[in-house]
Amino acid sequence: MKPRTADKIATALIVFFALLIVAILIGLLGYILVRGLNHISWDFLTSAPQKIRAGGGVGPQLFNSIYLLVLTLIITVPLGLGAGIFMAEYARPGKLTNFIRLIVEVLSSFPSIVVGLFGLLLIVNTFDLGFSLVSGALALTFFNLPLMVRITEQAFRTVPKQQKEAGFALGLSKWKIVTNVLFPVALPTIITGTILSAGRVFGEAAALMFTAGMSSPRLDFTNWNPSSPTSPLNPFRPAETLAVHIWKINSEGLAPDAAQIAAGASAVLVITVLIFNLAARYFGRLIYRKLTASKRMS
Amino acid sequence: MRVEPKKKKIEKHHLEDFVGRAYMSFCVLLLIVIIVSMVYFVASKGISTFTSGDVKITEFLFGTKWSPEGDTPSYGAFPFIAGSFLVTLIAALIASPLSICAALFMTEIVPGWGKKLLQPVIELLSGIPSVVYGFVGLSVIVPFLRNTFPGQGIGVAAGALVLSVMILPTITSVAADALASLPQNLKESSFALGATRWQTIARVILPTTFPAIMTGVVLGMARAFGEALAVQMVIGNAPFVPKSLFESASTLTSVITLSMGNTTMGSPQNNALWSMALVLMLMTFVFVLLVRMLERRNKI
Amino acid sequence: MQFRKTWVMALALTSVVALSACGNNNGGNNAATNNGGTNAAATNAPTETSSGADLSGSILASGSTALQPLVEQVAEKFMETNKDVDIQVQGGGSGTGLTQVAEKQVDIGNSDVFAEEKLKDADAEKAKALVDHQVAVVAIAAVSHPDAGVDSLTKQQLVDIFTGKVTNWKEVGGKDQKIQIINRPSSSGTRATFEGFALGTKTEDLQGSIQEDSSGTVKKMIGETPGAIGYLALSYLDDSVKTLKYDGVEPSVDNVVSGKYPVWAYEHMYTNGEPNEIVKAFLDYIMTPEVQTGDVVELGYIPASQMQVSRDVAGTVTKK
Repeated sequence: MKPRTADKIATALIVFFALLIVAILIGLLGYILVRGLNHISWDFLTSAPQKIRAGGGVGPQLFNSIYLLVLTLIITVPLGLGAGIFMAEYARPGKLTNFIRLIVEVLSSFPSIVVGLFGLLLIVNTFDLGFSLVSGALALTFFNLPLMVRITEQAFRTVPKQQKEAGFALGLSKWKIVTNVLFPVALPTIITGTILSAGRVFGEAAALMFTAGMSSPRLDFTNWNPSSPTSPLNPFRPAETLAVHIWKINSEGLAPDAAQIAAGASAVLVITVLIFNLAARYFGRLIYRKLTASKRMS
Repeated sequence: MRVEPKKKKIEKHHLEDFVGRAYMSFCVLLLIVIIVSMVYFVASKGISTFTSGDVKITEFLFGTKWSPEGDTPSYGAFPFIAGSFLVTLIAALIASPLSICAALFMTEIVPGWGKKLLQPVIELLSGIPSVVYGFVGLSVIVPFLRNTFPGQGIGVAAGALVLSVMILPTITSVAADALASLPQNLKESSFALGATRWQTIARVILPTTFPAIMTGVVLGMARAFGEALAVQMVIGNAPFVPKSLFESASTLTSVITLSMGNTTMGSPQNNALWSMALVLMLMTFVFVLLVRMLERRNKI
Repeated sequence: MQFRKTWVMALALTSVVALSACGNNNGGNNAATNNGGTNAAATNAPTETSSGADLSGSILASGSTALQPLVEQVAEKFMETNKDVDIQVQGGGSGTGLTQVAEKQVDIGNSDVFAEEKLKDADAEKAKALVDHQVAVVAIAAVSHPDAGVDSLTKQQLVDIFTGKVTNWKEVGGKDQKIQIINRPSSSGTRATFEGFALGTKTEDLQGSIQEDSSGTVKKMIGETPGAIGYLALSYLDDSVKTLKYDGVEPSVDNVVSGKYPVWAYEHMYTNGEPNEIVKAFLDYIMTPEVQTGDVVELGYIPASQMQVSRDVAGTVTKK
């Protein structure tokens, strides 16, 4: 075959496969949205699920997913920032640093089901926290933390060296440089990364089945006292998230419209992930613009 | 008077520095504690199958008969181990060429808008939750396979197809990074020698970036190996080494999700499930080590 | 670019609105249902006030996902009359429920099977400490794909099918169609019941058989797969699958109650030792006629109180 023909064929194949991936995504999203969107309504998003009658919603599950995500981020972000900054700015290259990096790598590639089982063993049974939001949040922390560490570390590494050196030249302490010079520059990347990882947390199910439980007690949305058992804010109640709910009604749903509810809930989940993705881009750009603009002004 | 405030200021700086460093060390320490306790707990639970004398380790690893409730219970986990490897390998075989093409598309064919088009696609694909993949697999791929091939649609092929889509983003993004970081002059000198684009890709670009691309493939396989719900929904869960790709089979993760809740803690079957979790964990180590080895080769 | 920006804004807006609505609207809804609940409870107040006027405390139950909907629903009613009692019902599976109640992590362990069947050998002592409360009965029927062309199977035919001796529907009087078995994993309580009382023997897993743990998936598979056979609890049966008679007996509630149809099992709620005052009040409440003929029937179970036969761990059936 002539090189030129081979080149053309190869290029065509590459383009074909690349477009195939785009087609797969469009097909996937289209399928989920077409099947699910007409089931999504105000009522569906806000009402409680029904056990055997049609017309149940996913209100508590949606709330649980969001609340669990917030709890997880509250635990993960400070810890991830700390460890990430340490890795980027403080750790000296050597065996220990290498080891820590290995740990981060291993932890981030652990199967979520193993993380869930570990949560079941340690948090649910040994610490006796039971199936609860806290258990779920801790389990999610286990595999979101390494991601956070990596995001932070990479964000700090992309900051131009000169900025740091300028700080040192001004006689600033290391801590001041990290918090006042490097952190603002790294922030947009960190925020983008965090939101993207939040999308993954939002859709996680395997780890939560064993930790946050598969039941959602009826919640009283007028009761905002976190220590009351029916309060939606109580972190020690079991909570079924949207992803777990899809799994459950797909398998055990007795309601006659279980299939539609699963389709609707899937669509909600995918739309939320879309929102997370768009938000990540949007905020990243917004903050970057703000920070760079404010710098020019001063 | 002039010295006093200066001294104070320095002290404050030192204190801040110290607290900040202490906090960060604490975070890192916590990471280490988490992983050590994780390995310890899962390992001690997983090993108890063998130390309690219920099952021999060779029987567990190579026994092909899984019949924990039988009159003479046997705990051969080989069908699950084989199933896990089988779906993982097939998924990687399907996903790798696709991913590499996508990466080439983004970096070599149309570097500008190719990246703009595929980057969000990849991010979205990796963001779709695994239950949704399983749901779509069960309602689209399984009926399709049932109507096209012999068998019931459910089985290894369905599992591998679902997984291959799930690991596309991982391989693509690593491969694209590797291709993008390739020194420009390498390509330019190839073009200068009169090579076509395909010749450059096939003889220069792909061979040089091979270890880095393999890193992506291994990372993708690690994800496929550990994926639980999506696979469990479409693979059929028969505890046998399948005779064909369209036959029901099991993976380590699928049998754990199926039976963990049904068995009581401490029973031999439950312990055997924990041993499988241990196998999953050890395989993670293997995958990470492989990635490390590839990265080292990549540097040289 | 313009288009994308508006798209982002629209999505962001809807999400914000949806979130705020999540809080407000549900508050309203719940208040409404609560009112309804108290009214309903007020009408049967006489039965409850005597037993539980001033109970307070909490109950934690976990275990069987098959029993979970019933316990959840009854718990909600119970909490409406006993405002100071908090009941949490969790799933996790029968094994989890029995483990947790034996370890005293929960007050009630829900199970599809007798504790003695799960807690064997080294754990047999634990099972002795548990007190059984049989609250409902679940009957299981053999079902097939609607086009299999068979409407009754004998015990022997079922055994032949599930042991792989018979592989085509025509051998049992149906169409010329390969039989596809949709089974449950060997740890499943439903499978134990079906094997124990329909087949009378344990079966080995067959190469190529499909195993699903959840009734919903099993039903979907049987309905979609030509030549499929499996088994489901009565509450899951509908027109998408064909319910098979067992030795000529229709799997109906009446036949189960009278003891004619043998494939059924109790739903158990285990306590560790004798239950305390609150747990006892709750378990007593489940056994009241109001719940047994109300919620139990509504959710597709068979009331344990109505059974004319009873069965012990060994499977011996006696007329009441």
